[in-house]
Amino acid sequence: MIQGPGTSGLILNEPLLWEKGKKGRSAFSMVEQDVPEAELAAGLAGGAPFFPDLGELDVVRHYTRLSQWNFGIDSGLYPLGSCTMKYNPKINEKMAATPGISSAHPMLEESLCQGVLQLLFELQDFLASITGMDAVSLQPAAGAQGEMTAMLMFAACFKKRGERRDKILIPDTAHGTNPASAALCGFSSVPLMSGADGVLSAASVAEKMDESTAGIMLTNPNTLGLFEENIRAITDIVHQKGGLVYGDGANMNAVMGMVDFKRCGVDAMHLNLHKTFSTPHGGGGPGAGPVCVVAELEPFLPVPRAVKKGQGYGLSFGSTDSIGRVHAFFGNFSVLVRAYSYIMSMGPANLKKASQLAVLNAVYVRERLRDTLALAYEKPSMHECVFSDKKQHKWKVTTLDMAKRLIDHGFHPPTIYFPLVVPGAIMIEPTETECKDDLDQFVVVFKDIVREAESDGERLRQAPTRTKVRRLDETRAARKPCLTG
Amino acid sequence: MKEIEELDLPGDIYYTKDHEWARKEGETVKIGISDYAQDQMGDIVFVELPETGSVFMKGEEFGTLESVKAVSEVYAPLSGEVIAVNSELENSPELLNEEPYSNWIIEMRPSDENQYDELLNRDDYLEMIRG
Repeated sequence: MIQGPGTSGLILNEPLLWEKGKKGRSAFSMVEQDVPEAELAAGLAGGAPFFPDLGELDVVRHYTRLSQWNFGIDSGLYPLGSCTMKYNPKINEKMAATPGISSAHPMLEESLCQGVLQLLFELQDFLASITGMDAVSLQPAAGAQGEMTAMLMFAACFKKRGERRDKILIPDTAHGTNPASAALCGFSSVPLMSGADGVLSAASVAEKMDESTAGIMLTNPNTLGLFEENIRAITDIVHQKGGLVYGDGANMNAVMGMVDFKRCGVDAMHLNLHKTFSTPHGGGGPGAGPVCVVAELEPFLPVPRAVKKGQGYGLSFGSTDSIGRVHAFFGNFSVLVRAYSYIMSMGPANLKKASQLAVLNAVYVRERLRDTLALAYEKPSMHECVFSDKKQHKWKVTTLDMAKRLIDHGFHPPTIYFPLVVPGAIMIEPTETECKDDLDQFVVVFKDIVREAESDGERLRQAPTRTKVRRLDETRAARKPCLTG
Repeated sequence: MKEIEELDLPGDIYYTKDHEWARKEGETVKIGISDYAQDQMGDIVFVELPETGSVFMKGEEFGTLESVKAVSEVYAPLSGEVIAVNSELENSPELLNEEPYSNWIIEMRPSDENQYDELLNRDDYLEMIRG
């Protein structure tokens, strides 16, 4: 077997905290009581919750062991397609921990938090210039909330215009959050089929777009990693019918500094700071999903926003058209600090280069694996590439089996069975932060797994075998979920 | 996953392009998903059924099936009113994987008998899957 970074080392077991400890253990010293004891008023007292008594070392070992069972971008390659699991530089953490930033209270008077307001103002400005859009709200706490914020703004805009539009066009490659966000704002989704080449045709949009349709939600590059090259024609059609265009920024990492979304005809878009701008992602969240809009939609943005006031900075509570707040205070502020740190440390030229390298890495993996796995689309791809398990069907080996076997070799599996338009999809997004040596190792291991599919398929169907827990019964977990500890 | 030759495709029922089947039973019709559909979806873990009495147009979504891989919509092969739903599926969604033809999803009273002519027979359906 070809060796990836994975080996079978000693893994330490660890029970739940509630199964540990002994009565009387403690991890801190109580101060001496210096006031007289008093009886608690009747009605206030009740049964105490069950908390285990634990010493400091019990707690430290518990969480250290749990962390050792985990896998993150700091442990190895994490090529989860459409998720952009890039490395999060440690300078971001250092900046977010700066005392003046980390201990600033959100209700400080403007004069006492000029630095924080400047940071928010400049981040809005940076994101506007990276996307080409006119105005930004930093409030939404995640991509899906960004989508919903933009859909609320679309609804508010049509209400102001006195128009009734209750449908929205959504391509079949979209993330499932798109129709969900639209539905929450009163739009029913009209699915659009992508063409045989994996992208949308202007004709298919023209056929469905009408005066009762609010517009379109478009991800570019789309979730097949393909650039929607008809975007200008598509947005023209939508605008001619009075509609608005939403750009899902999930795949922004392919096009930083390369694409001006306003010139593409996008009216509102969100960015995932936890993808493109290197803030912690997934279980390590929270995220941030700022929304960028053209000037026409600016009055509808959530408030407050940071603005320039005289020589300094302040908050603007905007116009009466604003949809209001979508998050307390300024959004997930410490995430915004990390994104600001990333943008400042990279600078415009390196952000553009990051996108170019993200595309180069994905194209490299695609070309090296194209004879091993079935490529879903021949069209040139961007920052991720989509294969399927078609070539492995004859050995009764599926995408799931190959993904599980990658774990044995020490790699996080790519995204599987998404996008839905590709049966048995394997979507690989290596990001720009992986070097060629690591990509080569991944490719060699993947090729070896495919050879194993032919010679010893059962081994793949049993995988993973070197992990702390073996293959989980996903079906039973979904049919008979056990939701308590 | 099954090879095309391994698929069970009975000859006495109608099929749709979206992989539902329809079995005419006098004035009503039972509707389910084909062996190909259940095989492609993998283990089905959740079935969302419509309410009895709902009316669907041909091609309209009447429910959803969730498998370990994805959520898929099921579409009405014919226009008509739902007169019964197979609520056993709510607790035992695996029945659709085990016996896709005896485990129907809904029973409808079609509003236009002529629509049967627009459905696929076994051979047409098989040819479509072969692509």
